[in-house]
Amino acid sequence: MIHSTDAAHRRHAIDLDDFTPEEIEEVLETTESMKEVLSREIKQVPALRGRNVVNMFYEESTRTRISFELAARALSANIVNFTARGSSVEKGESLLDTVRTLQALGADIVVIRHGEAGAPYIVAREFRGSVINAGDGRHAHPTQALLDMYTMRERLGQIRGLHVVIVGDILHSRVARSNLWGLTRMGAEVTLCAPPTLLGPAAYWQATWPSVRVGHDLDDALAGADVVMALRLQKERQQAGLLPSLREYTRRYGITPERLARLGERTLIMHPGPMNEGVEISPEAATAPNAVIEEQVTNGVAVRMALLYRLAG
Amino acid sequence: MIERKQILTADDIRRALVRIAHEIDERNGGLHDVILVGIRRRGVPLAERIAAAIADFEGVRVPVGQLDITLYRDDLRMRGPAPLVRKTEIQPDITGKVVVLVDDVLYTGRTVRAALDAIADLGRPERIQLAVLVDRGHRELPIRADFVGKNVPTARAEHVEVRLREAGDDADEVVIGRSDSA
Repeated sequence: MIHSTDAAHRRHAIDLDDFTPEEIEEVLETTESMKEVLSREIKQVPALRGRNVVNMFYEESTRTRISFELAARALSANIVNFTARGSSVEKGESLLDTVRTLQALGADIVVIRHGEAGAPYIVAREFRGSVINAGDGRHAHPTQALLDMYTMRERLGQIRGLHVVIVGDILHSRVARSNLWGLTRMGAEVTLCAPPTLLGPAAYWQATWPSVRVGHDLDDALAGADVVMALRLQKERQQAGLLPSLREYTRRYGITPERLARLGERTLIMHPGPMNEGVEISPEAATAPNAVIEEQVTNGVAVRMALLYRLAG
Repeated sequence: MIERKQILTADDIRRALVRIAHEIDERNGGLHDVILVGIRRRGVPLAERIAAAIADFEGVRVPVGQLDITLYRDDLRMRGPAPLVRKTEIQPDITGKVVVLVDDVLYTGRTVRAALDAIADLGRPERIQLAVLVDRGHRELPIRADFVGKNVPTARAEHVEVRLREAGDDADEVVIGRSDSA
């Protein structure tokens, strides 16, 4: 029997910074097998029968929550949802109290989404089972980065050597940060593109990821791109004075019909969702043949199955 | 110190698989509904070899699929790091067909139990049969093989290793070994 490379077996998945390229490769290969399971008429295998998974969402994200739910159920785990609203969080229960309670109730794996960067580490210190980060503040969103990499690999064959442009509100983006860890480890070239107010200084990024390129001109960045990943623009950024206007943002940083026409048909268009159509991405670009936004969603379930399986083994 | 003894040569393996190929044909009164499904990893090249033997004497190519049973194992929690999951690929649809599961060694029966569950999730075959190159005894479940290359009485402390060139081994042979630490 072939076992995974990591003999000291992984307990948590909080960011991709502690994943080796070999381990990422194994997760992507397992994802391929999980996709086959999801293509069957009976989309369920017994691998995690009797395990308890808790979705602990302190920030609402229906799509990520449902993706984890379907993934856990496809592996025959029990999954329950803990949502902050209407629960004892409003009565002032602390994160740690909640974790201790979930542990006492028999949780094996906690999936946490939290507005504060680092919250999953606090949970992991207290919890005896496994923790999966479903997004924490600006810090990390490892399952999103894994599903993005899986989608690139499935469409383009391999990640090594790909030129990936990430455009949008990078400064506030956990999706960008987790993708930077994953993509640079796997040998892709990454360019970050955004207005200076949503990007910050190049040195800040290059201190952690020395190979990353940083720019403010999207048309320059897109020359030779294999993948362009547009990030969601939170409309609050304009109220906070970081943008002159949404229309100006779209003109300079949106995947507009004009930019779509200039991109090769081979350039994948990605978006982690939910999209602001007409702002960071035009409806034409979102539905173009080279857009893989729905595939990203589909692949998300299989990637989360691969990770749940790996942690529960 | 490990003692090793060869119990089947390359030629023995070839003859056993040809005999199994004929038995599958006879038992099912023909081969038109038969699908051979190899259990990963070493069941897959054995299924391919049986299919090649059938093609030789009958001139028909029976479909060969591959089944990964990792997600159906009953010992995931006992084994430390999760074993890698490989892809299952079986074409065409098995419903109404005769599925012949092929594996290298039949021992406790737990792998076959997992394979039966996996097959049941993929469709509803008319019949499921089991072909193994070696039956070494020590069953822990009520499972038996329909087609056996060789019955080999063993002790639990011994291990039986089927070595096949397609699986990256340097020879075709079956060896039995006993390690003192086992």
